[in-house]
Amino acid sequence: MITIALIFSAITITPILAGLLSNRREKDAGPFISNHVLGLTLSLILVVVIILISLRFGSLQITWEAAWNAIFDYDPTNQSQIVVRELRLPRTILGLAAGSCLAVAGALTQGITRNPLGAPGILGVNAGAAFAIVTAIYAADIVTPEGYVWFAFFGAAGASILVYFIAQFGNGGATPVKLVLAGVVVTALLGGWTTSLLILDLETLDEARFWLAGSIASRGTDEIAVLFPIIIIGLLLGVALGKQINILSLGEDIAMALGQRISLIRVVAGIVIILLCGSAVAIAGPVAFVGLAIPHMVRSLVGPDYRWILIYSLFLGPCLLLGADVIGRLVVRPTELQVGIVTAAAGAPFLIYLVRFTKLSDV
Amino acid sequence: MHYLAITTPTLQRSLTVLAGIALTIFLIRLADHIQPRHHTFRWQNISSRIQLRVVWLSLGATIAIIVLSGIGLIVGDYPIPATKAIATALWERNGEYDFIINSLRFPRIVVAILAGMCFASSGLIFQSLINNPLVSPDIIGINSGAAVLAVAILAIGGNTEHLPWAAFLGALLTAGLIYLLSWRKGISPTRLVLVGIGINSVLGAIITYITIKYPIERVVAAARWQAGTLFGARWDDARTLAIGLLILLPAAFFLTNRLKILQLGDETAITVGSKIERDRLALLSVASLLAALAVSVVGPLGFVALIVPQAARLLVGSITGGVLIFTALLGGFFLLGADLIAQRLFAPVMLPAGVITATFGGPYFLYLLARYNRAN
Repeated sequence: MITIALIFSAITITPILAGLLSNRREKDAGPFISNHVLGLTLSLILVVVIILISLRFGSLQITWEAAWNAIFDYDPTNQSQIVVRELRLPRTILGLAAGSCLAVAGALTQGITRNPLGAPGILGVNAGAAFAIVTAIYAADIVTPEGYVWFAFFGAAGASILVYFIAQFGNGGATPVKLVLAGVVVTALLGGWTTSLLILDLETLDEARFWLAGSIASRGTDEIAVLFPIIIIGLLLGVALGKQINILSLGEDIAMALGQRISLIRVVAGIVIILLCGSAVAIAGPVAFVGLAIPHMVRSLVGPDYRWILIYSLFLGPCLLLGADVIGRLVVRPTELQVGIVTAAAGAPFLIYLVRFTKLSDV
Repeated sequence: MHYLAITTPTLQRSLTVLAGIALTIFLIRLADHIQPRHHTFRWQNISSRIQLRVVWLSLGATIAIIVLSGIGLIVGDYPIPATKAIATALWERNGEYDFIINSLRFPRIVVAILAGMCFASSGLIFQSLINNPLVSPDIIGINSGAAVLAVAILAIGGNTEHLPWAAFLGALLTAGLIYLLSWRKGISPTRLVLVGIGINSVLGAIITYITIKYPIERVVAAARWQAGTLFGARWDDARTLAIGLLILLPAAFFLTNRLKILQLGDETAITVGSKIERDRLALLSVASLLAALAVSVVGPLGFVALIVPQAARLLVGSITGGVLIFTALLGGFFLLGADLIAQRLFAPVMLPAGVITATFGGPYFLYLLARYNRAN
């Protein structure tokens, strides 16, 4: 119980403290973090700490020493070290990847849709993946994690491509409003089909409900390894787009007047979002909230500059996801809570806290 | 002797689907043909400007609802002649088909219309108040609030008699919680939405937890409820909805003037002498009550609240009292059509209406969007 309390307070107190501090400050003093060397160092330290915690804590009690040795001085006969190396290390890597993908994709989505509700889910990613997986279970009895990965990836990618395709009809290409509306409609459409399959077939519901909760435990690691080049390219491109998104967030007219090719930016950002979200969903299932909340939290810390929002999201996304995963392992020992449940339950109070007690910057 | 008994499933299926499509095309055509004109109404010291276009469109929507209701009475698993069905519903008591018509089909039709009206007007108020086309009772957590308690009752196998009350209570408590948590020297719409999303995701997490924790037989009942269904609608439900609408819809109608002032922005609204927090609270209460009422009876049919106000806006423009009425009627038409198609499409397997609102409403909406984008 003490460990749970410690971890929980570690990841809850940081943003609350930050919120309190920034609340004390003058109204026009600018963003809370203005020294980015310090800010990024702190974020990096936070990531490392969370990684260590994720290796150390779980349903099996392991000492710090065993966790350390499992990485740097591996002894394949030691049971605790095997657990760390074979179960927790892959899981931690998956959590890092999924967390950063979701957070960066979320920040990009909010940038190009210029809507504070913009989250990867709005572009139909989760609905597409869920639809593909549920259909696969229903029609082809695919129930292995390896099978899920590709269905999820292509389902997510297909749905968001469809959203873009629909949104670019009419004047002005894929404008924010059209993008968002097309996303809502496609999500609802796919959601309707998924729901009908689920309630018509008991076995499908029984199988799919666990995937639908979102988890990074025992996923098909080999298949996901194939996705890593995609993830790295996507993250680099995404972070590099900060400047363009900044200009886009001034509004289309100004962006165009400043010589930006807005439709090109939208397409590139869209491709990046699709790659990142597809990978994240393939890894962890439909984990809500990380993509939505992290950019908002980061924005309340560093202000509205997307160059920094994207970089901080890259670091803080994994912290929320991994932290939530560790909590999920500990609260109902010896079983586990799925990470999708914990991110929502633990992340939402942060979000509410931040929007309540910090100065809200607009998107 | 009995004429017009539509018995074959194929015929019923095509009738409902075609009627839905034809009536929708009728409404769109109507919107195209009527030019926007105003009529100024004066009576002693009361005057008001009436958009004739909205009046005609509302009339069109009412006709569409009546036609669909007629079809709804005629089609069903048990074949009943058309003339008999309508006679039994309207004046012939204790007839041969009294039970089927007056205990099964008619109440379900009325509940669908009324619930659709509640959802659509609630969605319109939320979207106009927050000034974001994505906001609906679904997204800011009111439906989830209802769903948590309802799903919990279904999962632990509690008494389903209490289900509507629990859902109503859950929705209202959630709305109150969101309001309190986003209050900080007043309500900012962005803050309200973000707090709502936070609450929504916590409640969603609880629902997911219940879903993976309890035995599958009960979970499937919960999933059915969550999809939103009008199965087993009774006259009691219709009465509840009707009483609620009779109180809330006029309130909403008179509050639309306040809403229009709020849409000018807080500073302007204060300058013209509006008490913005009081107005906002009134509007939010009305919208939440409407949503809570509908959710407690038919389950979270979120898509109606999301898409119908958008479609209405494309047809007649931004919110006025008349637009509110038209939106409500359009919501009734939409949910009734969706429910009829849901019943008949794969008859005798009945889909929940929520599935059809999304699958049929989505493409329609995209069509509207594409059409009006091109026109502008």
